[in-house]
Amino acid sequence: MQEWANQLCENRQFGSKMTDSKYFTTTKKGEIFELKAELNSDKKEKKKEAVKKVIASMTVGKDVSALFPDVVNCMQTDNLELKKLVYLYLMNYAKSQPDMAIMAVNTFVKDCEDPNPLIRALAVRTMGCIRVDKITEYLCEPLRKCLKDEDPYVRKTAAVCVAKLHDINAQLVEDQGFLDTLKDLISDSNPMVVANAVAALSEIAESHPNSNLLDLNPQTINKLLTALNECTEWGQIFILDCLANYTPRDDRESQSICERVTPRLSHANSAVVLSAVKVLMKFMEMLPKDLDYYGTLLKKLAPPLVTLLSAEPELQYVALRNINLIVQRRPEILKHEMKVFFVKYNDPIYVKLEKLDIMIRLASQANIAQVLAELKEYATEVDVDFVRKAVRAIGRCAIKVEQSAERCVSTLLDLIQTKVNYVVQEAIVVIKDIFRKYPNKYESVIATLCENLDSLDEPEARAAMIWIVGEYAERIDNADELLESFLEGFHDESTQVQLQLLTAIVKLFLKKPTETQELVQQVLSLATQDSDNPDLRDRGYIYWRLLSTDPVAAKEVVLAEKPLISEETDLIEPTLLEELICHIGTLASVYHKPPSAFVEGSRGVQHKRLPGSAGSADSVDSPDTASAAGVSEAPPAVIPSQGDLLGDLLNLDLTPPTATGPPPAPSSGLQMGAMDLLGGGLDSLPPIPLRTDTPQSPQFYHQSPSPPDYSPTELGGDLGGSPALGAGFGAPPAAMPASFNAPVSGGLDDLFDLGGGVGMPMGSYSPPKTVWLPAMKAKGLEISGTFARRAGVIQMEMTLTNKAMSVMTDFAIQFNRNSFGLAPAGPLQILTPLSPNQSIEAALPLSTVGPVMKMEPLTNLQVAVKNNIDVFYFSCQYPISMLFVEDGKMERQVFLATWKDIPNDNESQFQIKDCHLNSDAASNKLQGSNVFTIAKRTVEGQDMLYQSMKLTNGIWVLAELRVQTGNPNYTVSLKCRAPEVSQCVFQSYEAMLKN
Amino acid sequence: MIHSLFLINHSGDIFLEKHWKSVISRSVCDYFFEAKEKAVEPENVAPVLQTPHHYLISIYRGKLFFLSVIQTEVPPLFVIEFLHRVADTIQVNRSSSDSGGGSNVGDTLPTGQLSNVPWRRAGVKYTNNEAYFDVIEEIDAILDKSGTTVFAEIQGVIEACVRLTGMPDLTLSFMNPRLLDDVSFHPCVRFKRWEAERVLSFIPPDGNFTLMNYHVSSQNLVAIPVYVKQSISFFETGPCGRLDITIGPKQNMGKTVENMMVTIHMPKAVLSANLTATQGNYTYDITTKVLVWDIGKLNPQKLPNLRGSLSIQAGTPKPEENPSLNIDLKIQQVAISGLKVSRLDMYGEKYKPFKGVKYLTKAGKFQVRT
Repeated sequence: MQEWANQLCENRQFGSKMTDSKYFTTTKKGEIFELKAELNSDKKEKKKEAVKKVIASMTVGKDVSALFPDVVNCMQTDNLELKKLVYLYLMNYAKSQPDMAIMAVNTFVKDCEDPNPLIRALAVRTMGCIRVDKITEYLCEPLRKCLKDEDPYVRKTAAVCVAKLHDINAQLVEDQGFLDTLKDLISDSNPMVVANAVAALSEIAESHPNSNLLDLNPQTINKLLTALNECTEWGQIFILDCLANYTPRDDRESQSICERVTPRLSHANSAVVLSAVKVLMKFMEMLPKDLDYYGTLLKKLAPPLVTLLSAEPELQYVALRNINLIVQRRPEILKHEMKVFFVKYNDPIYVKLEKLDIMIRLASQANIAQVLAELKEYATEVDVDFVRKAVRAIGRCAIKVEQSAERCVSTLLDLIQTKVNYVVQEAIVVIKDIFRKYPNKYESVIATLCENLDSLDEPEARAAMIWIVGEYAERIDNADELLESFLEGFHDESTQVQLQLLTAIVKLFLKKPTETQELVQQVLSLATQDSDNPDLRDRGYIYWRLLSTDPVAAKEVVLAEKPLISEETDLIEPTLLEELICHIGTLASVYHKPPSAFVEGSRGVQHKRLPGSAGSADSVDSPDTASAAGVSEAPPAVIPSQGDLLGDLLNLDLTPPTATGPPPAPSSGLQMGAMDLLGGGLDSLPPIPLRTDTPQSPQFYHQSPSPPDYSPTELGGDLGGSPALGAGFGAPPAAMPASFNAPVSGGLDDLFDLGGGVGMPMGSYSPPKTVWLPAMKAKGLEISGTFARRAGVIQMEMTLTNKAMSVMTDFAIQFNRNSFGLAPAGPLQILTPLSPNQSIEAALPLSTVGPVMKMEPLTNLQVAVKNNIDVFYFSCQYPISMLFVEDGKMERQVFLATWKDIPNDNESQFQIKDCHLNSDAASNKLQGSNVFTIAKRTVEGQDMLYQSMKLTNGIWVLAELRVQTGNPNYTVSLKCRAPEVSQCVFQSYEAMLKN
Repeated sequence: MIHSLFLINHSGDIFLEKHWKSVISRSVCDYFFEAKEKAVEPENVAPVLQTPHHYLISIYRGKLFFLSVIQTEVPPLFVIEFLHRVADTIQVNRSSSDSGGGSNVGDTLPTGQLSNVPWRRAGVKYTNNEAYFDVIEEIDAILDKSGTTVFAEIQGVIEACVRLTGMPDLTLSFMNPRLLDDVSFHPCVRFKRWEAERVLSFIPPDGNFTLMNYHVSSQNLVAIPVYVKQSISFFETGPCGRLDITIGPKQNMGKTVENMMVTIHMPKAVLSANLTATQGNYTYDITTKVLVWDIGKLNPQKLPNLRGSLSIQAGTPKPEENPSLNIDLKIQQVAISGLKVSRLDMYGEKYKPFKGVKYLTKAGKFQVRT
């Protein structure tokens, strides 16, 4: 960081210095030529001026790389300023001119032995910044010397250089033994050197989580603590973060470290303060609570945290997110500091919301009056989100502090009187919770609530109001009228409201059976017969049966006593909280998620734990085993072996993969074989995302718009070398029932063409439905279907028709392994029984993380469908265009390079006949199916479209489409590293263009 | 750590980018622009944003966004602090280049880092030896409708300007150091002596620097120098409202309150203000809906008053929100917390320096609710 700061400042300085505008005058013709002459001038002063001009041009983005040899010639000088400028130039251009950069190596090596330590340091620093492979070899010797230099400034610079080199060539650094030298530097006599060594080791350790680089013992800890007092603020952050990873042997060691860290709480740099807080929060765990020092420490923690809140808003935000954690773990620290969290009207919204959250956490009987007064104030603010949260907060206070409940309710009633729409709605939602927490206490307010019935337009508020009416139906005279008024627009309501309405009316019926018979029948029929929402129907049926079979039981079920709701909401789960406390000050603490959940490439991140308290010292002794257990646990995989193929298909009780659970990992042998076949030496083939994120992070997985990236080279590199025919493939699906291989008759196409492309206004091409499973072969069940890609999700859309005489139920579906790992992403949603002669539409979302096996033809998919009668098998083919992903647009340059790079043998050419679109219309049409046109060229009336598409497994297909005006025949040339797919892609092209 | 840095202006143009390691496409900023669009006000853009492959940490200073792109787990405060330093550097450079400051490219590399007193260069020489300290306090407070203090605290800072020859060792002591709740020091201050004796003992850096920051929290009673009597009301019927504000001195330790200014963010519906001020001038900006009343010196004999009517857009409902008043003021020669420097001693050098301490109290985030 120090380095960057220096570097950055230097750059800035050059920039502002050069506002001596003469350097920044516009480039004239021949300027380069002029500069060249000046650079080679004999006069030192002229040379220096020339280099300054060159740097100025470079800074504003002009290309002065042509002057490389001339500038490098100026490197051998004893003028420090000139040398710095030349080094700056080198850092910028060495990468684009690696061969020329070698010319500079000699001077570097010489400079590393200069008597002036500043020059030695400058040279080694610059070499580290030049990210050119060829230079790194020459860097080793000078670096080794500099790491042992007599001057601390050189050593500290060299320490950082090791981390930089490691980033370029990790193996080299390890082979050269630099890591050990770096470890030795932790015991250096100079604090700056220690700090930089720690920083470098931390950075290296990040990419090697299990390397145990920072092996801490009491001696090194002592060194670190000594250096802590003397190094720069940035160095202190590294040292403190490093200390936080240490587990003290006993409470005495823990206390002595705490004592030496507490002065850092008075540092002006907020990052230092927060890192110190982290160390203290962690080591405090080991201190006995009755120790005087424990109390002292608690007291010392509050003021610096409060001070953080008077810093810039960005710092406040990070501080508040961390305070939120601290308050949950040790509420006593800030229990008297409620007022500092009061919101100022000009705080940024992100600060306001965080403050509010912490206020609720700190609310107690002692301060509730203050808090309520504040919250009421906030409820009249301008910002809608903030107001809503404030109103909710009042409800949370009522639930948390029983003594305050009454005041909270009256405050909420006041707010309802304001008639501000969103305030009223929020208030009603929270009052529902208050009713649940304190039954039979505040029902007197129901009348006021009912007055506002008409203004409720948000589902949550409507649902809450309906719940209240149903729950207290016996006290509301016109409950039936109120509920009936909601019933009119039943089908326009959201599910939440519909469910609530159903339950409320059933409750009403159980309480006042005589007057409401009609109403209950009406809602039951709406829910069961007219609705296509399975949840609603299920609930409707349950009530219906309950009511018709045993009204007493119904009463017991529907009007049962409800469990109490918990006092605190939104509490972080304790083990997660413990882990987050160990990560105070990091991104994890801002997001309140463990680092393993979101830091890219952090598969090996160790789950940190708080040390045990003094009483349970034995558990502290084995932190390694504990953390080792947390390291990248592979998801439990159900791996059916090859021979179980049939059993696999038959066993339909296997739960389909749900989105949250780990996907079933394919058996490795099979997978390897398939990948090799498809990819044969393909360098960019990440065939199946081998997900390693553990089930702890499901929410995150959902939020991220795209699945996490895995380095393709890791997989590709290993697989590329293995023989093309993997051991796993080759075993044919021998035990397959005959019907599997029966090709589906194409002649039925027209009969079942449901108007082709219905419901596909502008999306991707989807073929018309065809009959996949004729009724004669499946005991009366007929399935026709197609595939579609909608909003990035592949769907299998089916029509199931019951042509038998009896009802069909219990549908389930499963796929055989296939070329692209297609698998159902959820269960088949057919929840109602299928009566004779009834048809039902079902859309099954598919994932591409299933087991892989190469099929013939490639896009063949074997499916098993089960119902209460039997299991049926069929096979169908999906258009490969379903697999074209949305981000399949290649960069122009990449396209060009890839096109050249793929051998000509992999190119195949096809003709598409009788297509009457012009090139633009064709391009548009294809784009809808994620075939992206990258460039268009017109040569002699012939349009050439260059297109790219990417398959779900990462295979790129490049295409050249030639369209001759007036000629209905197109020519498509396809290039792909896996030429097997070309045929399928061509077929898709034809289908896409002609539909 | 920080992978790239973008400087973005108010209207969303990237005008400077710096990449370490490798170039990250500008398109990564699109996520930021999206958030900026959503936040409406630039101040409301969340400082930490998550994108599929990077984290964006930004600060907003002087109408510029400093946006850093990071890829690995980094302490965000580290980054934010760093960005603020970058912003400082740029500001300094701006002002120094404006005033035609000399070369910024030193012929020597930083040398201090290796000595035992890294913050001070060796061989400092002055003909006039002087050490000046400014004790500056800002009052952060929220007062409610009735004028009662909801919350008040003081942020203090001691700025120093020390030009002393050689290696002077200074000791600064306070009359009442126990007032201070939380302190943070320049690295030159010996923390142990503060812990033990509550005195500031230090070898100062050369020139201007911040000696310490401190915090006097709401646990102690914070004196509020002025009182504000105000009423802003809107009528249920008819397109108008009334405003009446009077300000008077309260606890100001016998000193004059200067640079008094009241700023009010009016509800959107307020079209214009027709007011009379007994002292100072007022302006109402129709576009931003900000009413500013610049009072100047507060005269205890004749209290300044601003009153009159507000007109509201016809047909709009009565505004729901209550505008807050933002107060600005200055009091010379007083530190409102009562903090006083008792003495300044110098050791290690023989000469007699000029010494001086000045006090100043200002309003920080000082708000009155209505």
